[in-house]
Amino acid sequence: MRFGVVRFPGSCDEVDALGACGRVGEAEILWHGDRDLRGVDAVVIPGGFSYGDYLRVGAIARFSPVMESVTAFAREGGPVLGICNGFQVLCEAGLLPGALLPNVGLRFLCRQLEIEVVDAGTAFTGACAPGDRLSIPAKHQAGRYYAPGEPRVVFRYAHDGNPNGSSNDIAGVANEGGNIVGLMPHPEHAVDPLTSSTDGLRLFESALALARA
Amino acid sequence: MPDTLPSVDDAVALGLTREEYALIVDKLGRAPNEVELAVFSLLWSEHCSYKHSRPLLRTLPTEGERVVMGPGENAGAVDLGDGWAVAFKVESHNHPSAVEPFQGAATGVGGILRDIFAIGARPIAVLDSLRFGEPTSPRSRYLLDRAVAGIGHYGNSIGVPTVGGEVYFEGPYEHNCLVNAMALGLARSEDMVRSAAAGVGNALVLFGASTGRDGIGGASVLASAELGEGDADKRPTVQVGDPFAEKKVLECSLELLERGLLVSLQDLGAAGLTSSSAEMASKGGVGVDLDVARVPLREAGMAPFEIMISESQERMLCVVAPGSVDEVVTVCERWEVHGTAIGSVTDTGRLRVLHGERVVGDMPVAALVDECPVYELDPRRPATPLYPVPTPTPLFAGEEEPSVREILLALVAAPNITSRLPLFEQYDWLVQSRTVRRPGEADAAVLLMPTGAAIAVSIDGSGRRVAADPYTGTVEAVLECAANLACVGAAPLGLTNCLNFANPEKAHVAWQLTESVRGLGDTCRALGVPVVGGNVSLYNEGAEGPIYPTPVVGMVGELPDPARAGRAGFAREGDLIALVGAFAPTLGASELAKLRGEALPAELPEADVVAAQRTHAAVRDAVRAGVLTSAHDVAEGGVLVAVAESCLAGGMGAALERRPLAALATALTPRRSKRERGGRLPEPLAAALFGEAPGTAFVVSGDREALDRLEARTHLVELGRVGGDALAVGEDLAITLAVLREAHSALGPLFP
Repeated sequence: MRFGVVRFPGSCDEVDALGACGRVGEAEILWHGDRDLRGVDAVVIPGGFSYGDYLRVGAIARFSPVMESVTAFAREGGPVLGICNGFQVLCEAGLLPGALLPNVGLRFLCRQLEIEVVDAGTAFTGACAPGDRLSIPAKHQAGRYYAPGEPRVVFRYAHDGNPNGSSNDIAGVANEGGNIVGLMPHPEHAVDPLTSSTDGLRLFESALALARA
Repeated sequence: MPDTLPSVDDAVALGLTREEYALIVDKLGRAPNEVELAVFSLLWSEHCSYKHSRPLLRTLPTEGERVVMGPGENAGAVDLGDGWAVAFKVESHNHPSAVEPFQGAATGVGGILRDIFAIGARPIAVLDSLRFGEPTSPRSRYLLDRAVAGIGHYGNSIGVPTVGGEVYFEGPYEHNCLVNAMALGLARSEDMVRSAAAGVGNALVLFGASTGRDGIGGASVLASAELGEGDADKRPTVQVGDPFAEKKVLECSLELLERGLLVSLQDLGAAGLTSSSAEMASKGGVGVDLDVARVPLREAGMAPFEIMISESQERMLCVVAPGSVDEVVTVCERWEVHGTAIGSVTDTGRLRVLHGERVVGDMPVAALVDECPVYELDPRRPATPLYPVPTPTPLFAGEEEPSVREILLALVAAPNITSRLPLFEQYDWLVQSRTVRRPGEADAAVLLMPTGAAIAVSIDGSGRRVAADPYTGTVEAVLECAANLACVGAAPLGLTNCLNFANPEKAHVAWQLTESVRGLGDTCRALGVPVVGGNVSLYNEGAEGPIYPTPVVGMVGELPDPARAGRAGFAREGDLIALVGAFAPTLGASELAKLRGEALPAELPEADVVAAQRTHAAVRDAVRAGVLTSAHDVAEGGVLVAVAESCLAGGMGAALERRPLAALATALTPRRSKRERGGRLPEPLAAALFGEAPGTAFVVSGDREALDRLEARTHLVELGRVGGDALAVGEDLAITLAVLREAHSALGPLFP
């Protein structure tokens, strides 16, 4: 299986995401100015500060040429994972419901925390079971999720560990089809026992299992 | 050119002396015009010329087998093997941060990152070293809050992890905070690039952000003069950082180098285009023609001298073969940054500034860069104490001597010791997936290298101890850095330093600086650690007096097996706890002495560098062998604080025995003991429990075999065992981890 990782100007975690994808399959960078998704099987929108996050987080990146193709790919059911800034971009692009507001503390926060898998039926949680706890770092300044209505919740912060004031402790959501998932914590930074836990690999393995199914 | 030439008084207003102005006239053979005077005033400022510190810096050892790039380049670098090199440098941004802490600190990070990628290395880590006045001061809290936010803003946004650092609070920094930033980069040795301009006829291409009026005169007006009244008016001299712009410039620079398009590369830092062009020309022994009319501007109507001295951020200058200019510009366009050929390399040895066809400045490069007068310092040891005696904390203000429990809790909660977690959580310490040991987890940060090995890095410096004794205080700073590396199993490869001092034209400051550099050089030679680069920040004083002299030392080391990198926290019930090293702690200039409100001693006891080095090697080898569960150096607050920190880092208690601590106290008791203090705690016991001798001793935990192994090579005293949920000493003292943890969280309320 082949992952494509989008690189915007200002992306920071694309190389880490590339490495994480590379642990379960093949992976390549997709340039923001290209519409060609090069036939990848899944797309990852990585973390960072696309276009400096000027105006509003993710607001400019959604207008990049590559997002036109990602949107079409997602609407056809292609698996798309948005991590941190990628989650913000997917919300801005209307591929996921809701928005991400500044943290309640108004500060950037970097912390290893646990999230609980709520929904194991998405493209990126198939290898998990509901109730599983994953130890994954989070780092962001605008991670307070808010959505009217009832979004499809995929992850919640566990142990009262909500770091940003997100509504209902939501750490990640999916679209109705379950093929598009966004989360604030960084699974690509939890794939190597030398630097963290390896719990984040489960998300990438889920996509692999789906591709093979 | 303006009709009237600037006068000698204009030169003085720009920071030059009358004698220097006369020398400039002599070098030019005529009076300088506006552009030329601006250029000279910046390049002859202390910040650019090191005119008060250059002779001292030459005494430092700079050579070593592993040195790939030494002082004089944008950053130093050491060899890691397999064709990889790690580049690193520390630099100050003190005065801008005192005037506008957020942008000052942010652009400090931006500037040091540019130094790293200017030599072709990808930035992989940032550390910072901060000094503020006491947190009881609202201004200090404001500076701390905004400086931390600024560092985070830049480092987090550009995708470089902030993996470590230090912060100290002392009265003398109240009006002149220190913000030093260190960066590390990773490069293939063969891809590294120098800054010397070469190849007559080659083009100079300026790329990155456009040029505006921000930061005009920063190097001379801000960095090379004392702070004082009206500093708020200097805000326009502080640059504004844009990490997004720098991220693009970073990726663009590395792509240009990867494609082999650049002859040389230099970042635009202090004094902007002026210093970058003059220094590139000087290093290459060539001349440079620059057309300032071609520089992309942020605002209309900028005068040529403004374009030359603007300190607008996120700009780079490179030398390119004429045939490659188009390709360079294309790469710049891809990264959405300006790329403009603004001049050429000449054989004239002169820096010529043009505005279109018109020559607006013409100066010999040698006069600008190499012939700045160098001043002999006039060092004299001060006859009377320089620094005010600190106010005792409330605990020590009363009649009665506090108990050991009260003292320990006060130390664990002291601003200089309490947990730095509330700061580190505001930094991304994990991006780039190299961080094997994160802040607070070990005494040094550990980063995974592409060779499969790891590097460790630590930054350290105690202004208070250097103020008490500039020579020994600096020796201790180097030893403590090396001790931090030993705790993770790393051997030093190289060192960078930032010398933060007050006005060197004053004899007592000259003495501090001279003694400190002597201590730095002696210790580096003894440890075999080359100094590969550094920075000097002088004139750090306000109307209330000088800062504590603060040499900040950043040390990089290597360890073969990242999986065995040491940790600071106790982790296994039943482990033996030991104090390792020839430890002769004293209370003078200690954290406890500060809390008690004691004056600085006249000097510190000499540090035994040879014994310390032997201890470092023993601990390092034990960590590398994987036999120790934890290793932590004994620093501020002494042995009991070190044990408390290992308890908190690992979430495990410790049961210490009375006997070894009492024996240490006995060893520290003078033959004819005179009791200066009455009360419950005799002075030798206080020294044993809370005294300091930085860089000489460690608190470790492990099994019997591990301790035997250490004892065969260095002094070792068993203190007790790991276990339980309290730090206990015999039957006398027991403080639960919960109580310790609460005390250790004292910085939290500063970041609401």
